[in-house]
Amino acid sequence: MGLEAKLTQDGFITTTIDAIVAWARKSSVWPMPMGISCCAIEMIAAADPKYDIARFGSEVMRFTPRQCDLMIVAGTVTYKMAQVVRRIYDQMPDPKWVIAMGACTSSGGMYRSYNVVQGIDQFLPVDVYTAGCPPRPENLLNALMTIQEKISKTRARDFQDIIPQKLELINK
Amino acid sequence: MDKIKKVYSDEKIYKKLLEDNNLTIEDALENEMVINMGPQHPATHGVLRLVLRLDGETVIKVVPELGYLHRGYEKMAEDMSFIEFIPHTDRLDYTATMCNNVAYVLAVEKLAGVEAPPRAQWIRMIIAELSRIAAHMIAIGTFAMDVGAVTMVMWTFRERERIQEIFDRIAGARFTTSYTRIGGVASDIDDEALKMIKHFLDTFEPGLKDMDDLMLHNRIFIERLEGIGVLTKEDAISLGVTGPNLRASGVEYDVRRAKPYLFYNQVDFKVPTYSEGDSLARYFLRGDEVRESVKILYQCLEKIPNGEVLANDPKKVLPHKTEIYTKMEELIHDFMIINHGINPPVGDTFFSAENPKGELGFYIVSNGTGYPWKMKIRSPSFCNLQAISKICEGAMISDVIAIIGSLDPVMGEADK
Amino acid sequence: MDIKDLVLQTLKENFTDSIIEITDFRNDLSITVKQEKLFELAKFLKENENLLFEMCKDVTAIDWATRKNRFTVVYHLYSFKLNFNLRLKSNLETEPYQIQSVTPIWQSANWYERETYDMYGIEFINHPDLRRMYMPEGFEYHPLRKDFPVLGIPESLPLPQKPE
Repeated sequence: MGLEAKLTQDGFITTTIDAIVAWARKSSVWPMPMGISCCAIEMIAAADPKYDIARFGSEVMRFTPRQCDLMIVAGTVTYKMAQVVRRIYDQMPDPKWVIAMGACTSSGGMYRSYNVVQGIDQFLPVDVYTAGCPPRPENLLNALMTIQEKISKTRARDFQDIIPQKLELINK
Repeated sequence: MDKIKKVYSDEKIYKKLLEDNNLTIEDALENEMVINMGPQHPATHGVLRLVLRLDGETVIKVVPELGYLHRGYEKMAEDMSFIEFIPHTDRLDYTATMCNNVAYVLAVEKLAGVEAPPRAQWIRMIIAELSRIAAHMIAIGTFAMDVGAVTMVMWTFRERERIQEIFDRIAGARFTTSYTRIGGVASDIDDEALKMIKHFLDTFEPGLKDMDDLMLHNRIFIERLEGIGVLTKEDAISLGVTGPNLRASGVEYDVRRAKPYLFYNQVDFKVPTYSEGDSLARYFLRGDEVRESVKILYQCLEKIPNGEVLANDPKKVLPHKTEIYTKMEELIHDFMIINHGINPPVGDTFFSAENPKGELGFYIVSNGTGYPWKMKIRSPSFCNLQAISKICEGAMISDVIAIIGSLDPVMGEADK
Repeated sequence: MDIKDLVLQTLKENFTDSIIEITDFRNDLSITVKQEKLFELAKFLKENENLLFEMCKDVTAIDWATRKNRFTVVYHLYSFKLNFNLRLKSNLETEPYQIQSVTPIWQSANWYERETYDMYGIEFINHPDLRRMYMPEGFEYHPLRKDFPVLGIPESLPLPQKPE
């Protein structure tokens, strides 16, 4: 293994704080499984022994938003549910990312009807859209890897303004 | 902002809960309290929301709140032709997609007066039973996970994954299959797929035994569920509960036996029943049903004949894709059916089939055009859920989880 | 004796005046009943010892849009004893669209009637808890009525704001 080999040779490595923080962040993304409908089954399938999401450090599915940094919105979001999804998103600590899993969440999909939100990007900032109805587990893993790539490019100071901003909002 | 408040105030629910009791908000510890469970809760199997009134840990009253996944199927069905609606049936009970496909096309065939050729009907039986196994695997696994046995869900998903592979081979999609067509099935089942099914059945039995060994010799599991959430026979009938939940309460009612469709009258199978009506009985019953399905599948593999998989009724049944590209007449028929629909006669029919969750019924009203004037989906999960408020009364709050798991609702079809 | 004849004969003996129409399409027996007699007839169907329609499988309605009696309420009943499905229908004649609730007879009708109320705006008299089933409280329309568009009415349902 790369890192261990280096450590036994020299005993130290040189890197930036940004790189090591981003590396740590991307290797243990804890998903919040917002399983609403059909896609939830494929999301569970991604965690089962065959597809094994644990390979990417994301097997810790936490059902409380307070412990998560990635929200996987899996399933059709209706207007009634949108309020709930948004509320759960607000409870997640920063920094946080969102995967829109499947056609329904991305664009309303096959549900052109009165009660379905035509794309969750109307009320949530989405990082990765996943195609498919529902997407195969491989596709979800691909989305997760894309998120990891995105995280690896972040710097620690990208998020340093967020907390003061939030405090300001609360004080207002 | 005002409007949001107006629409989402839960006043009526709370009012309902506050009826005839001495609840005061000031002193929650001294009095009864109201807590909210869901819609985002790991054990509610989707987006079910329960509002509970508690005295300590004892549940006094439960008000279920549905509609968080109301997608408007019935409205959309009025706006699309009979064939267009087939993919939508996949997403009703998304744990057993093939069963829904089969039930829907049988309902339309009853209305239109089409009959599928024998081979297609046997194929439908095979896929429906495979789908039933897959659905019960999810039901058993998630139920065990809800009460604390996480290993189980890994094991059941391993078996389910193998069924998905077979579906992948048969229909070209592992999950949302849309395999059936009015008057038959989309494509013939090949020998490779039949071999895969045979292999699956042969190796499934040991896996099932492992699961039984894990759960049924487990004292914690048995004691956790025995006598929890008892649903009596009279209540079950009056509340309209169907499927495994009804049979666990001692009523031997299975649509496959009571009103045989396809060739269920030509295969030999038992309808397992239990008299206890508690969560444990509902768990056992699903295991028994899986074994019966295996039995049916073996018989189907033996009896399946050769022949066509689409009925010869050009005005109502879509022709084979290969013929559309080579023959003029087939092309015209395909064009007419896609554009104008199959035009069943004026009238209304109700057809119901036995799904893993219970009795799935379609009530279709036709006015003679290619679009249904009305389509009502009688979804089993919706009716089964109605029993929750009855059987949760007097239970402990931790038992509510076990009860939901044992009733096994799927919100996709409960909310429609 | 054929089950259909048994059901029809038993009903005709007791309710000659209240039955408007009997149809038999694709082997589904369907009986149209006068609006005000429905509750009585339903109770009879459940309690008569020869029939025992113990389970109410479904309650729904049909919106005929342009017809004079705009709505038809449809009940699907099942008898374990006879192994027989029966469909009851009742036309609602005038506004306000109201009909007697059958929840006192079959508990399962509770949610079906709430659903029908939500989707069609038909009121069920004596229903213990007539609220909307699916749509949020405060929604002003009834989606399955034919004059309601599939895509809904814009801004009738609120969405949260998108965060910055």
